[in-house]
Amino acid sequence: MSSSLSNATSKHIDNSPVLYLDGVSVSFDGFKALNNLSLTIEKGEMRAIIGPNGAGKTTMMDVITGKTRPDEGIITFNTSANKGSQSTTDYDLTQYDEADVANLGVGRKFQKPSVIESLTIFENLEMSLKGGRSIWQSLFHKLSPEQKLKLDEILVLIDMAEKADDLAGNLSHGQKQWLEIGMLLGQEPELLLIDEPAAGMTDEETMKTAELFKTLAKTHSLMVVEHDMDFIDALNCKVTVLNEGSVLAEGTLQEVKANEDVIEKYLGR
Amino acid sequence: MSNSQNIQASSVKLGPLTTLLMNDKGGRRLLAVLAALAIFVPLLNLFVPESSIFHVSTYTMTLLGKYLCYALLAVSVDLIWGYCGILSLGHGAFFALGGYAMGMYLMMQIGDRGVYGNPDLPDFMVFLNWQELPWYWLGFDNFSFAMVMVLLAPGILAFVFGALAFRSRVTGVYLSIITQALTYALMLAFFRNDMGFGGNNGLTDFKDILGFDLQADTTRAGLFFFSALALMIGYLISRFIVTSKLGRVLIAIRDSETRARFLGYRVEYFKLFVFVVSAMLAGVAGALYVPQVGIINPGEFAPLLSIEMIIWVAVGGRGTLFGAVIGAILVNYAKTYFTGAFAEIWLFMLGGLFVLTTLYLPKGIIGLWQQTADKLAAKKMSKLQAGDLAEGEKA
Repeated sequence: MSSSLSNATSKHIDNSPVLYLDGVSVSFDGFKALNNLSLTIEKGEMRAIIGPNGAGKTTMMDVITGKTRPDEGIITFNTSANKGSQSTTDYDLTQYDEADVANLGVGRKFQKPSVIESLTIFENLEMSLKGGRSIWQSLFHKLSPEQKLKLDEILVLIDMAEKADDLAGNLSHGQKQWLEIGMLLGQEPELLLIDEPAAGMTDEETMKTAELFKTLAKTHSLMVVEHDMDFIDALNCKVTVLNEGSVLAEGTLQEVKANEDVIEKYLGR
Repeated sequence: MSNSQNIQASSVKLGPLTTLLMNDKGGRRLLAVLAALAIFVPLLNLFVPESSIFHVSTYTMTLLGKYLCYALLAVSVDLIWGYCGILSLGHGAFFALGGYAMGMYLMMQIGDRGVYGNPDLPDFMVFLNWQELPWYWLGFDNFSFAMVMVLLAPGILAFVFGALAFRSRVTGVYLSIITQALTYALMLAFFRNDMGFGGNNGLTDFKDILGFDLQADTTRAGLFFFSALALMIGYLISRFIVTSKLGRVLIAIRDSETRARFLGYRVEYFKLFVFVVSAMLAGVAGALYVPQVGIINPGEFAPLLSIEMIIWVAVGGRGTLFGAVIGAILVNYAKTYFTGAFAEIWLFMLGGLFVLTTLYLPKGIIGLWQQTADKLAAKKMSKLQAGDLAEGEKA
């Protein structure tokens, strides 16, 4: 798990939050999937999101990543325009589509592992590498030495250096999850949105994944949606409980577990 | 697809063609066969006396030339369907537009040798009592202009159509249906006399191309040669696209469009690019087809023909490019044979072929070939191992 990705030297000077949601509402045919949702993620923060089915977790990710347009509300993503630059810019994410949001620096991992099954692990990662998104650049793309280093680094991090040329379709469920996380890293996003990473993983893999996220949290901001309480416990971070499209409670895992509303509506008595 | 790292590392000193075909055994063989055909078929036609068994008749050469045009068309279909998952059921439209552009040039070459002897107007316009050439026929007496239009007419149609469809994220069956509607609408439009493309009869009675008599064996041989050349170049262009990173983005779009979007690729641009390239290749195929068969009419827009193209690719093996070539040639050879021998059952056979391929050969003939080769190799391996064991025991 050791990697140079884990160096935590790049601390942000600016302290506006990386992600800011205020009063976001979305409804589908009268059903309020998000109801006046407000949420703030600080730079470098790792946040776990829990909540019952239908609480709006996936819809929240959809509105952040440009897949769904919110009916109302503000979604702001704050990032430095150039790497290493200290001045930051606010982007109104409701104005962009999926590809734009991805290129601004928001990476998303789906609940169902979605890797390109008929490409090799190496090709999957290569495609994820930051930059070169235009037709022309893709047509005449050649890996630079820096990109090769970056790929090797990710391959080691996700423990697939030995089988880089295997088809992604032949991987186990848990391995696909890891490959997809590797692809997220290739994009070099500032904010990672991760939907149920531990689903379908063995206990050992789950704990390894938690360790990986803790390493990533040193250099990225993360938002992790998960049901697995052991996993969240291992992440050891602030927890937000969603219910019926808005925030029910926020705090450490112990705090929210003790919260009366949370017990009633989510954990069950 | 094996060991991408090694290729990247060692491709520095190699020429572009070598790099392109390094992992493409089928493609290398195909190009070698095509090169041989391009040279020997015309030679055997022109210089071997008709009495010799090695003589290739002009009829056969023209037929083969037609197959090569279909093969290029199949490559263009495979490029979008096999690699990007765009199932176009209207690719015949682009083929026909390329054919019409060439047909218009050939019409203008007739000059005053038509039935009515009008030096400025093609016969059908005289018949319709038109007094002057419509504006969209201007320039078609110039070969270079006509060749540019062979690329532009299908290219622009594909661009406009694709931009609208892909932007609105029309995919899957819906896209297939509107491509079918597109070619059907064009067929109806071209059937109308006042469109100015010869209506029902289309464009025909061509005399010569660039001053060469279209009936002459030498001209036929030349057309055959250029058909083979166009197929080779079209194959290499397609191969270049699918082996580039852009090709892998296309595969990503085919397998998981959402993933490609969230990786930051603007899916609609990539689809549009490959759709336009494919339409242009189809246009070139149409342009080479028309002087060899001697006619282009609205029938080429028929939806059925566009569906047949899908069958060629499916039978050959989707997503391999050379499979498309093999499929196009085999199915069309069968068509030539069976429509001659049992005309009335050909369509049933074609349908049956498609059903059988879908059920039992999802990867087409190429897939079957690879499976068999893999099995043989495995057998050989186990035999070798058994031999080793036996020897070991002896020792």
